[in-house]
Formats: sequence, structure tokens, C-alpha cells
Amino acid sequence: MDEVTRQICRIIQEDIPLSPRPFLEIARRVGKTEEEVLRIVEDLKEKGIIRKFGAVLGHRKAGFRANGMVVWNVPEGERERVGNIMASFKEVTHCYERPTMDGWRYSIFTMVHGKTREECLAIAERISEATGIKDYRVLFSTREFKKRSMKYF
Amino acid sequence: MDGIDRRILDIIQTQFPLSPTPFKEVGERLGIGEEEVIERIKALKEKGIIRRIGATFEPRKLGFTSTLCAASVPEERIEEFVAVVNSYPGVTHNYERDHDYNIWFTLIGRSKEEIERSIAEIEERTGIRGIKNLPTIRRFKINVSFSFERP
Repeated sequence: MDEVTRQICRIIQEDIPLSPRPFLEIARRVGKTEEEVLRIVEDLKEKGIIRKFGAVLGHRKAGFRANGMVVWNVPEGERERVGNIMASFKEVTHCYERPTMDGWRYSIFTMVHGKTREECLAIAERISEATGIKDYRVLFSTREFKKRSMKYF
Repeated sequence: MDGIDRRILDIIQTQFPLSPTPFKEVGERLGIGEEEVIERIKALKEKGIIRRIGATFEPRKLGFTSTLCAASVPEERIEEFVAVVNSYPGVTHNYERDHDYNIWFTLIGRSKEEIERSIAEIEERTGIRGIKNLPTIRRFKINVSFSFERP
């Protein structure tokens, strides 16, 4: 990654200017043309270095007040099948397999966002029915201590 | 927040136009002017509904790795523990949850070893032992956008 690309990343990892020509403003700051800046951003997106370009919401303020991390005890051989079914639910924003260990038996983690706790619990129940996984817990967040985007640059 | 705000949110989360005049294009799709789009987005930012507009990077592609950690912290020590954990720049999310493991935080680092060192250091500094390190083995889905208007 060259220095200009890093400079652009340093800007877009935070906030683009809220003006009619945001990329032109960025271009002026880094000494490139608007077209070049857009091409660099497109290229980073194509390479998968940028996973998403757009608005990041404060989900609580946006009305999704309940955030449940649902942890599932899924037997080793079933994780592929079950993980894919869980991921297919539109209410599930994240679905990861993580290690089990002494004192922790839940191997699949799904994040479920809803307007209320009841909504999250109902989604978890539907997922349980769809996958046949009965041993699960819904861990609601009770306080948010930190939520920010990583500064990589 | 009205119907137009919700449609703006849907578009700029998942289909933000990478073009010279992105807000004009969003306005064209909704039949409103560029200025109104910008004004509405400003208001949504002031309310905290939009945190930022920009790029979300893929840590692995940049040579970083991440994990999820769980700790069991007595109520009266939470504040102190959280202050230490949050002082690490690689900690991006930190939540209290209703479980015996009551503090859950994500940690991004340059390597597994760096992450393990940070966790050991947190244990050392806080006296809270047995922090669980739960790195991703497989990712089935990541899609952090919220849909407001369903078609």
C-alpha cells in the first residue's frame, strides 16, 4: 500500500466530509484528483480490504435497542450445516464459530438485533427450531462500555 | 425520523454511491434534492443514529487478527476492569452481558501472540484471572447493516 493510499485510508476510516463533493475534498487533502481517489477506494473494495463503504449506525439510537448474543452448543460434526442455516436468518448480523474449552461449551455465536428483548428471544427460538439445537443461551447486553471503529492507519 | 430518513439510511448503509456526487444520487432515487439529503444526514448524525460514514476495513487483509474475550468480574470491580480494558486501542467493543461471564470485549492485534500478551497483561494489571480467549475459527456471516423499510 503506497503512502497516498494510506493517507486516504486514514481519512475514510473515520468520516468523509458531508459536502456535495466529498471525494474531491479528500483528493485536495492528499494531492490527487477526485477520479484517482474514487478509483483507489473502488480498488480497495474490490480487493476486500474495505469490507463495506457507507454509513455505520449507532444501533441503539436507531431503535434497535435489544442486542442479544446467542451462544449455541453445536456438536463438532454439525457446525458447518448449522452455521449456514443460522447465517441465513436476516435478523442474524454475525455468525461465527469459536472454540469450546473447560467451562465454555458453546461453539457458535450469533448476534441478533431487535427492537425488544422479546423479539430477540423469539428469533432465537425460531433458529433453535430450524436447526434442532436446543442448548443455547441469549446474553443480552446490559451496558455498553465501548463501541468504536478500529483505527488501522 | 420519518420515512424519507429511513430510506436514506437503507441506501447509505448498503449502497452508498462511490461517485463524485453521492448525495445527489441518493436524492435522485428518493425524489429530493442533494441539499435536503445532506441536511437530513447531518441531523441523523447529531442524534447519534449515524455514527459515521466511511470505510469499514477487513482486519485480516491488513495483517491484523481479532478475538472475542469473556471475563467474569465482580460487580464492584467492573468500573476499574473496564477502564483498563478500554485503554487498549485494539479493544473496539466492550459490553456487560447478563451471564456469569459478564464482560465481553473484542480485541484486535497484529498477531495471536500480541493478543495473548495483551490478555495476560490485563489479567496482571486487574487481578481478574481466567479471561477466556475465543478467536474466530470460522466466519459464517458478517453483515452489520440495519434494514428499515422492507420492500
